[in-house]
Amino acid sequence: MNNLELQKHANEVRKGIVTAVHGAKAGHPGGSLSAADAFTFLYFEEMNIDPKDPDKKDRDRFVLSKGHTAPGLYSTLANRGYFPVEDLKTLRHLGSYLQGHPCIHIPGVDMSSGSLGQGISAAVGMALGAKMNQENFRVYTLLGDGELEEGQVWEASMFAGHRKLDNLCVIVDNNNLQIDGPIDQVCSPYPIDKKFEAFNFHVINVDAHDFDALRAAFKEARGTKGMPTCIVLHSLKGKGVSYMENNIDWHGKAPNDEEYAAAMADLEKIGAELEKAGEA
Amino acid sequence: MAEKNAQNAGTVKKVATRESYGNALKELAEEFPDLVVLDADLAAATKTSIFRKAYPDRHIDCGIAEANMMGIAAGLSLTGKIPFVSSFAMFAAGRAFEQVRNSIGYPHLNVKIGATHAGITVGEDGATHQCNEDIALMRTIPGMVVMCPADDVEAKAAVRAALEYQGPVYIRFGRAAVPVINDKPDYKFEIGKGSVVREGTDVTIVATGICVDSALGAAEKLAADGVNAEVISICTIKPLDEEIIINSAKKTGKVVTVEEHSVIGGLGSAVCDCLSANLPTKVKKLGMQDVFGESGSAAALVQKYGLDAEGVYKSVKEFL
Repeated sequence: MNNLELQKHANEVRKGIVTAVHGAKAGHPGGSLSAADAFTFLYFEEMNIDPKDPDKKDRDRFVLSKGHTAPGLYSTLANRGYFPVEDLKTLRHLGSYLQGHPCIHIPGVDMSSGSLGQGISAAVGMALGAKMNQENFRVYTLLGDGELEEGQVWEASMFAGHRKLDNLCVIVDNNNLQIDGPIDQVCSPYPIDKKFEAFNFHVINVDAHDFDALRAAFKEARGTKGMPTCIVLHSLKGKGVSYMENNIDWHGKAPNDEEYAAAMADLEKIGAELEKAGEA
Repeated sequence: MAEKNAQNAGTVKKVATRESYGNALKELAEEFPDLVVLDADLAAATKTSIFRKAYPDRHIDCGIAEANMMGIAAGLSLTGKIPFVSSFAMFAAGRAFEQVRNSIGYPHLNVKIGATHAGITVGEDGATHQCNEDIALMRTIPGMVVMCPADDVEAKAAVRAALEYQGPVYIRFGRAAVPVINDKPDYKFEIGKGSVVREGTDVTIVATGICVDSALGAAEKLAADGVNAEVISICTIKPLDEEIIINSAKKTGKVVTVEEHSVIGGLGSAVCDCLSANLPTKVKKLGMQDVFGESGSAAALVQKYGLDAEGVYKSVKEFL
């Protein structure tokens, strides 16, 4: 898929994120928006998946370890055709299948998650299972940078490195902000790349919002044998919605009606520019 | 080894249920090709080493990292494996409680937890390793089956039943050798079914795990005093066999529960939940009375905390 198409899909994913969180009157837009390009690249280009057959046996697996960014995952799944985009408005509502954090019963969701540090362990188990069953699928898991403060992340990483799980790709969304402040002021996990290297990972640092860079990074990960890969996404929290960008207030807050209109105006503008670029 | 010891000991065969667990895993490995066993650097103690010796490629040592081990088991189950996860009860149900709840219970995955060294019969290691809270913790997780076998026969039957069942199961095993009491030709095991192991009319003693043997011993002593006690063995604490408890309580009108576990949240609480809703009956709960254990031999601890036959006998006498 060419970059312009990916950018258009990512912009639609972002609209879905703010629409879902606005409809829920709660949720986590900042970290969903920072990872929107990665979500889009994974589901529209990188992973072997089929929205018409969400449980097909040889599909690549994805575990959203930073489960609070469920709006990002759901919007991507909806835009990819797993379920209607219209349903995003029911996020977090009583009776909706779109639970506040990922639930395994949602089409396209491979594992329930949201309690930080746990998703990566499940992903490691899936990668180990693939090896034991001699199956070729790959396993991707997305973590927050604040999530790296959870000890279980390092238990899982130690095991993955020890077992040389080269079918595992750990992705860290390094947007530098967590609820209580910048991550390096709360309890710094830096240097992130050096830590994963020390746990016997191949590590790739990449601009989270550059599709050429993402493509190269995931290709390099697929080609890496004998060790798992960690891709550190250098991202901008709230990316795409001007007033949310790099603003800690939008970690876990929903926009009101006015703010929602402003967010959608930002994204419509980006969409119009992408259309223009396509015509040029 | 255990069998040899049993023969040497004379009349009663004694086997630790952790050893039954290790043997059952090995014996069932061919029949259940998807079975894999996970441990956290305790294979020699949990006895999964018996399985490892026969099937090294199907035994995964996760190192001393129980939280991660639960997640790995969850992931493995999603690739079609049937993981049996092993550690001491303290670390499986205690340390990794939230991982069991969120990564195994909530998605209702086909993961089995074989927790050994439960209760005070851990002995000399002392309170830090004596888990008297695991039944309570595991019982609160929706959809979790909780079993506590009484002896070698029941422990092996529980492992098989867990493998045949689709969904999360927690089984509690002990460290100390305990008498075999279920070695009868007509013995049958079913998840959720208790059994009347001694019929009586004056008082009902409901016991689980190693305390079934104590309850039977207490019943013998009570008989000498002219008290005819009914003893019910409960292996599956969740889902509880309510019918067998209600029927017995109807007959005797008095119920005593016995468990090597806190009286808060375990078998006693489950029996009270059942009776208070169906047939309000006076219940006395024997177990750890909201206290931590301590170092000592298993036998000395069981005696000190009143969970041997003599202790149960005395408590029942006081209650009547």
